[in-house]
Amino acid sequence: MDGDVILRTEGLTKHYGGVHALQGANFELRAGEHVAIMGDNGAGKSTFVRQITAVERRTAGKIWFGGKEVDFENPLEAREAGIETVFQNLALADDLDVPSNLFLGRERIRFNLGPFSILDRRSMRTATVAALEKTAVKIPNLSNTIRNMSGGQRQCVAIARTAAFASKLVIMDEPTAALGVQETAQVENIIRTLKEHGEPLILISHNMRQVFDLVDRIVVFRRGRIVANLRKEETSGQDVVAYITGAKTGPEYADAA
Amino acid sequence: MSANSHGVGGVAFDPKRRSWPPEANVFIALVAITAVFELLNRFDGGSFLFNMRANVPGLFNQARLDIMILQVAITGIIALGVTQVIILGGIDLSSGSVVGATAMIVMSFAQTALVNGNPNPKAIFGEWAMDLPVIVPIMVGLACGLAAGLINGTLIAYTGIPPFIATLGMMVSARGVARWWSNGQPVSFPTESFANLANGDLLGTLTFGLVHWPGQNPAIVFIALAILFHLILKFTIYGKHTYAIGSNEDAARMSGIKVKSHKVLVYAIAGMCAAVAAIMLTSKNLTAQAGMGVMYELDAIAMAVIGGVSLSGGRGSILGTVLGAAIFSVIISGFTSIRLDAYYQEMVKGAIIVGAVVLDQWRQRRSAARG
Ligand SMILES: Nc1ncnc2c1ncn2[C@@H]1O[C@H](COP(=O)(O)OP(=O)(O)OP(=O)(O)O)[C@@H](O)[C@H]1O
Ligand SMILES: [Mg+2]
Repeated sequence: MDGDVILRTEGLTKHYGGVHALQGANFELRAGEHVAIMGDNGAGKSTFVRQITAVERRTAGKIWFGGKEVDFENPLEAREAGIETVFQNLALADDLDVPSNLFLGRERIRFNLGPFSILDRRSMRTATVAALEKTAVKIPNLSNTIRNMSGGQRQCVAIARTAAFASKLVIMDEPTAALGVQETAQVENIIRTLKEHGEPLILISHNMRQVFDLVDRIVVFRRGRIVANLRKEETSGQDVVAYITGAKTGPEYADAA
Repeated sequence: MSANSHGVGGVAFDPKRRSWPPEANVFIALVAITAVFELLNRFDGGSFLFNMRANVPGLFNQARLDIMILQVAITGIIALGVTQVIILGGIDLSSGSVVGATAMIVMSFAQTALVNGNPNPKAIFGEWAMDLPVIVPIMVGLACGLAAGLINGTLIAYTGIPPFIATLGMMVSARGVARWWSNGQPVSFPTESFANLANGDLLGTLTFGLVHWPGQNPAIVFIALAILFHLILKFTIYGKHTYAIGSNEDAARMSGIKVKSHKVLVYAIAGMCAAVAAIMLTSKNLTAQAGMGVMYELDAIAMAVIGGVSLSGGRGSILGTVLGAAIFSVIISGFTSIRLDAYYQEMVKGAIIVGAVVLDQWRQRRSAARG
């Protein structure tokens, strides 16, 4: 079965000084599988994502990705390995325009001159328009800096960024938190497309309806620990809420709670 | 092209009503300040910019223009590097001292063996370092600036100390190097080819004698470097990443930009800009002194800030700094032209720097309030 597992973590732990934000998380994601992570505010969901993508150095634990153990030094390595992430804080540069943000860190170039390579601005712009149209967002002028854009517009830029590049795993941390009805529907369509293409996804969301619509499996975090691992068909919204609030704990996690 | 070709989602957008580039405001300020000094001079029966003497040809007051341009060129070269550091979200307080240290070292490799038939009285090294080809002091100078910049950048990127502290340390240390180098003695008597670096007629050479502008090589170097760096910041990955890091360092890191090595690169370039300024300055003055370049770092920072480069990083341009440098020079020469005491000039200079920063803060608050 192990060849089937795209991402696995074992005992993943992160302490911020005295704060035990993440405690011994054992997590598995199979090829093509879409998994939701749910949990209250401060449960450690984003912390989990930051350890996988090497935005922070984990305190302890091991990570396997694509069949072998990995120890990413920095977010660039995680990205180059094929993990595309929409971070909760979006990771956008306010003073740059939309295409620059979309291609931040992997700009298309016209002449390779090392760090002084000439940017291919036109092709990045065209690709940006194509990627953004998938999210149905409305942005009047792509050449404006994104500083003054609305929360939803910014979120769509961050999502278009993952949609525009081929990847082996997509992680979205509350991707529709600031979106309107139409944009949310569109992002959910993007997620469905990923599913059709067999691309695995980790979706962090507080939206029960969305989670039940989109994913195969729900993993619940509570106070830094994984407390439940539920197949969608075998659970219900009420059930999930019980796990989130602490009314219930999965039998295999009894010692964790 | 349809109306929405600038965006997505079919929102109407009129490209003709795009907001002004911020440099336009700086340019207007430049024109306004120049006009004020022109007026003040006219009250006195003189002129700031124009030639009022019948026995001298030309429309403009060439002597004043030449001084203004020279004055601004050398600090301006430093400001080009400092601008990039500030856009990166950093600051460089060491450039003035790096000019001093580099000046002393460069001049030691640019000396001539015989002065009026006698051995060079200021010789630093032995025979082997006399009358070296001009490329030697140039390379030595660039290496000095590069070393200082690499130390600054490495300290800031890899130890995490604030740029203010790291470059303050370099500011003190580099001045120490400048004083220690020849025990405080000036280093003088360069070769003719070295003296020609600043005093020759580079434009004449470049244009095969079509246009002459002798003695203004620092200005030509300044303009050439300004164009080069403006293009680099606008059209290359280097520029994009510099703005990205200054705008949101975490986002840059999360997006996979190699933030640390990029910082080292930017500080290294700033160090080399200071070195170019040092080479021009020593060549112009035909001598190097340990006190050279004192406070140049503040003038350079002032030029950038006046030109709209935001001290919080991510915003500004080389063009802005060039205009800021022009404003700076107009103000200094302007005060001289109305015979304001040098003491007052310093005070006003300080006030202008603070004023420019206040303006920048205000602009930021205003855009934050809107966003
Ligand atoms: N850099 C940090 N330093 C100290 N504590 C932190 C840091 N980052 C997160 N924490 C703490 O770790 C815990 C988990 O935070 P995390 O951001 O992972 O929560 P979350 O599950 O994503 O919540 P939300 O649904 O609100 O996004 C919180 O108690 C938070 O205060
Ligand atoms: Mg979170």
